[in-house]
Amino acid sequence: MRTTERRATTRELTQTLGLIVIKPSRGWISLKLRDMWEYRELLYFLIWRDVKVRYKQTVLGAAWAILQPFLTMVVFSIFFGRLAGVPSDGIPYPVFAFTALLPWQLFAYALTESGNSLVANQQLITKVYFPRLVIPISAVLAGLVDFGIAFVVLLGMMFYYGIVPTAAALTLPLFLLLAIATALAVGLWLSALNVQYRDVRYTIPFLTQFWLFATPIAYSSSLVPERWRVLYGLNPMAGVVEGFRWALLGKSGGVGRLVIVSALVVSVLLFGGLVYFRRMEKTFADVV
Amino acid sequence: MSDVAIRVENLGKLYRIGQRERYKALRDVLTDAMYAPIRRIRSTFRCSNVKRGDNNYIWALKDVSFEVKRSEVVGVIGRNGAGKTTLLKILSRITEPTEGYAEIHGRVGSLLEVGTGFHPELTGRENIYLNGAILGMKKAEIERKFDEIVAFAEIEKFMDTPVKRYSSGMYVRLAFAVAAHLEPEILLVDEVLAVGDVAFQKKCLGKMRDVAGQGRTVFFVSHNMAAVEALCSCAMILKEGENSAIGSPQQIISEYLQTVRNEVNLSLKDRRDRIGRGNIRFIEIAFDGTNGSNRYTIGDDILVRARVLSCYSTDVKVRVALSIRTTSEIGIISCDSQLTSEVYTVHGSRESTLVCRIYSPPLNQGEYYINIAIFHGNEPEDWVTSAARFWIEPGSFDNRINTNDFPVLSRFEWKIET
Repeated sequence: MRTTERRATTRELTQTLGLIVIKPSRGWISLKLRDMWEYRELLYFLIWRDVKVRYKQTVLGAAWAILQPFLTMVVFSIFFGRLAGVPSDGIPYPVFAFTALLPWQLFAYALTESGNSLVANQQLITKVYFPRLVIPISAVLAGLVDFGIAFVVLLGMMFYYGIVPTAAALTLPLFLLLAIATALAVGLWLSALNVQYRDVRYTIPFLTQFWLFATPIAYSSSLVPERWRVLYGLNPMAGVVEGFRWALLGKSGGVGRLVIVSALVVSVLLFGGLVYFRRMEKTFADVV
Repeated sequence: MSDVAIRVENLGKLYRIGQRERYKALRDVLTDAMYAPIRRIRSTFRCSNVKRGDNNYIWALKDVSFEVKRSEVVGVIGRNGAGKTTLLKILSRITEPTEGYAEIHGRVGSLLEVGTGFHPELTGRENIYLNGAILGMKKAEIERKFDEIVAFAEIEKFMDTPVKRYSSGMYVRLAFAVAAHLEPEILLVDEVLAVGDVAFQKKCLGKMRDVAGQGRTVFFVSHNMAAVEALCSCAMILKEGENSAIGSPQQIISEYLQTVRNEVNLSLKDRRDRIGRGNIRFIEIAFDGTNGSNRYTIGDDILVRARVLSCYSTDVKVRVALSIRTTSEIGIISCDSQLTSEVYTVHGSRESTLVCRIYSPPLNQGEYYINIAIFHGNEPEDWVTSAARFWIEPGSFDNRINTNDFPVLSRFEWKIET
């Protein structure tokens, strides 16, 4: 009984005196986002590490960031654009595909890396304290550098095809945020599950492949019948990709509702992921 | 502000046996459920004295309570598996306690190993920043101490070389240098000093002494009695997850050595203070002294007979090692089959006896302890410290009777050089 009283009184003092209280957590736990802010420098260094290490000892280095989406775009253009004649809403097919491939690549990379991140960093988890959320978040954000590099190529392609961005381009960060949030939401679930069940590691490549076909990258969402299009937004990446095309290429028609549905789905997924991650967090060091 | 740095009340941590190492694949969950009944039947017949199975929980810590005052240096000693690391992990907030409560007043730095988070592909310089951030230093702080860290590690020339090209000594020096410049109010340290060469160890001990001298609180977990005695202002024993009172290092160390002595009286197969995978376990150690006892006379050969039980279904090759220690835990003789480059085959699913003959060891009269370990692959299967003891009775050596208590004997001769 004495201890419970003390707990109640010390709680208010915790923040002010630099007092750390250690006790078993029960029931609902707070998301402790303030803790994340405290550790922002660690987040920065982990991102920096991932970026630095990524292309070490490769011949082509950061050129990989361009080559991957670019070659995929070339293949898509030949087979889907030229041979199969997939309609691209009046936009030159190569730009049409490349604009979609950029956020997709960011998403696929972030998803894979964050899904495996806790297991890959088990050495840290079992030896040092920090908010575990730092790990999947840094894995997701490290992908932004590649995105930035490839984005320059996209600007070049737009210039080549004579596409001038309109004011809509200003909304692009929102869609980028949506892509990151989607990757993080799924990454949180997968990374926490991966600690318990290593099956996840084998699920991730399959999942990304499956998701690629379910996302309007090689084709346009206008292929989907009008009345089903809102449902299509349940795949948040559909909202992201169409959002990118709308913002950069001025593609018209029906993007708004799709994006709203996507944003709602991601919010739910992300919140659920955060709660699940925080609930599982206390077992990470013992199980990983 | 109160003068208490760490307060711990009834702290407990429950582990499922094996949980620390195992993770599950869904497949395992399914097969486990299928095989559980079969395994239970099997274990009754075969390895009944080996505690396994999913329902086995163990209190790694139980009812641990103590208080550490500001600027005290506390040494925590205890056997393998006594819960030292678990306690440290809870205080470092790496893992949560199952019950109880602890509070820490001040900024905490914890060192459970040196070089946590070092990335082999990054250079020394880059790793200093990364490792510093992981240990909780701010970027500005690392920048300020950067030169000092480099000088302490003595690797100025290799700052821009990836650490994967470092020798292990350089690696450890760099890692410790970063850790040593962490300036928390409360420092939690596991036995990180057990690394590096002797000169560097001395340097590290010196650094620790400085930290303690600056009025910071240090919580130091160690096997090394000498280090505890030299560094700590007070000490505490952890035994099977429970703690003793805090006392002076000398008093606590002698108390600890006494319990070690008492523990040897416990039957070997019932001992819980062992580490290793546990598929092969020592169940008995016997000697061939006078009338089959554990008493020898100076100069006798010593024959140690170790009975082991293997739970592997097939025969496996093992490495076996024993060491002879004095009552103050100083190792004097090591008989490791790795030194003779031999491996031995242990029968599957039943007992085997491994025998070691030590040819007239130069031991003086007194009491000695044996640590024994068995390895399969590179992993220890079972490792028990102070697993058995024996006595050497007074006798003649080199046709003389010795009366002092120096443990090692040698023939000698004095002369005046002409």
